[in-house]
Amino acid sequence: MLWTTITLSLREIRRHLLRSFLTVLGVVIGVAAVVTMVTLGNAASRSVQTQVSSLGSNLLTVLPGQGVGRGGGAQLPQPFKVADVDAIRGQIGGVTAVAPQVQSTQTAIRNAANWSVTVNGTTREYLVGQQWALATGRVFTPTEEQAGKSVCIIGDTVKANLYPDTDPVGTDLRVGNVSCDVIGLLAKRGQSGIGGDTDNTVIMPYRTVQRRYTGNQNVQLIMVAVDPRFESGPIQDSIGQLLRERRNIRPGKGDDFSILDTKQIADALGGITGTLTAVVTGIAAISLLVGGIGIMNIMLVSVTERTREIGIRLAIGAVADEVLMQFLVEAVVLSCLGGLIGLALAFVASAGLAIPLKMPFVWEPQINLIAFVISGMIGVIFGYFPARRAAALDPIDALRHE
Amino acid sequence: MSEPQMDPLISLKGVTKRYGEGAAAFQALRGIDLDIMAGDFVAVMGPSGSGKSTTMNILGCLDVPTTGSFLFKGVHVEGLNRDQRSLLRRRYLGFVFQGFNLLPRTTALENVELPLVYRGEPRKKRHELAMAALDKVGLTDWSHRTPAELSGGQQQRVAIARAIVTHPDVLLADEPTGNLDSQRSIEIMELLTELNQTSGITVLMVTHEAEMADFARTIVQFKDGLVDGIETGHRHRVRTA
Repeated sequence: MLWTTITLSLREIRRHLLRSFLTVLGVVIGVAAVVTMVTLGNAASRSVQTQVSSLGSNLLTVLPGQGVGRGGGAQLPQPFKVADVDAIRGQIGGVTAVAPQVQSTQTAIRNAANWSVTVNGTTREYLVGQQWALATGRVFTPTEEQAGKSVCIIGDTVKANLYPDTDPVGTDLRVGNVSCDVIGLLAKRGQSGIGGDTDNTVIMPYRTVQRRYTGNQNVQLIMVAVDPRFESGPIQDSIGQLLRERRNIRPGKGDDFSILDTKQIADALGGITGTLTAVVTGIAAISLLVGGIGIMNIMLVSVTERTREIGIRLAIGAVADEVLMQFLVEAVVLSCLGGLIGLALAFVASAGLAIPLKMPFVWEPQINLIAFVISGMIGVIFGYFPARRAAALDPIDALRHE
Repeated sequence: MSEPQMDPLISLKGVTKRYGEGAAAFQALRGIDLDIMAGDFVAVMGPSGSGKSTTMNILGCLDVPTTGSFLFKGVHVEGLNRDQRSLLRRRYLGFVFQGFNLLPRTTALENVELPLVYRGEPRKKRHELAMAALDKVGLTDWSHRTPAELSGGQQQRVAIARAIVTHPDVLLADEPTGNLDSQRSIEIMELLTELNQTSGITVLMVTHEAEMADFARTIVQFKDGLVDGIETGHRHRVRTA
């Protein structure tokens, strides 16, 4: 009986193909929008997380200040000095690399080409902690580091833009006002989830950057790589203690620096993407509701149009529930078909959008299944009222209906 | 064929029917007493508004009397609810209407199969029974035509096939020849007569054409919501062919 009802409703849908399609268009768009949003949102979270963790696991970043929201302070947090870096390296156990980071944005010029780069002044330990290998060339020597020589290691993006066809190692590159010897090329790392391109960098000894660009002894960030055999929490605590002493923070006063762990950054960014996905999905879900109303509207029209048919069925001996089921099944079949079309669209849309958005596309069975079930439920919810109206018709009146 | 003391198949006692309430109320039936024996061929006649259609609706279990009792096969139909009456129709009754009332854009075969769908017959059995019914009305070659591709007479034959496919006890025909020319009308009446005689189906027919009523064995005249006269043992019109 149910199968017969389903075939019957399929025939009814085929009979009004265009109208049926327009009826479910709302559900199609709703399902497609929701599934695409969730798929892309999950892909974004995943790509943020993999990229943040590719920045290096067990990495701590120490930065001055307490981040945003702690405003109102007229006094800027005191920056770090290289002595702080040495103190951490010397006094904290369980760390494998500690490196200062002095950053500056400069324009690199080679022949006629200009390219804006982030100059990162640091030490060899930075590359060790980041587990960042060189594609070609070498790292700084201790002498170069100590003397603040004009040597640099360039990232893949810089190479791609300024040395499209040639080997950069051994050439001179002008970065801002400094002409430096390119001694190495970094391996490609890919886009960073934080928005920057990690490969668009020029690494120089920190002293060079301090002397030639920033003009002071300040260190903006300290990178600490934690030995994987140790827990990061206690090490963060000891670094905190050490820096409080060095910065003369009285007990009871808050830290004027923060220690971030890549995992925390990944979680925080993942949380932001998750919230955004939820909001956008919520908006998309409204179109599902509108789609349901569209189905109800057309089903009501259909019941009126087919009043005579309902009368015939009732006269022949259909009970109210059978008429109800017929229209309900029709609404459900209709919305499920809409759901399937929506899923197909979502597949095409999210696979297509993943390419320009540079995100991995993963077809997720759960969300597709959930969306399909929801589209069926929309059929039940919005088909029930018209179906009940059909079932409540009086056979004599229905047969007389013109 | 029937014993003299046999209970009637259908028995109406003091049936009244009132539509509406208060000043707008309309008394369609004023007290009908009518017994119909199994195997009879009854023509219900009378002017418009005489209550014959209301009576047919009640006999067809589509409607219930306001007061009075309606016994069908010993069951008090007036006490049944909507769905119980539906099941009664499904099991014992077949309907033929003036306007044919076939499902549009649906083949003759599918139309005839429809009552079997509600009986839950399997697909194969449905097909067999429907083809047998179409054979009885002489339309086996037209089984895949839709109503729009059939003449009026053929559509009414399909409707009759649909009504008899379940082997009902009673066939209710409401002006079955009302939309047909006289030649088609006679063919339809002959078909009904044949079904009545060979299959033993009790036929209840509303008509206003005396010529059609001539096919019936019993003629019930209605007037102003009352039975005006019952003529039994009516002359059976001889089949022309």
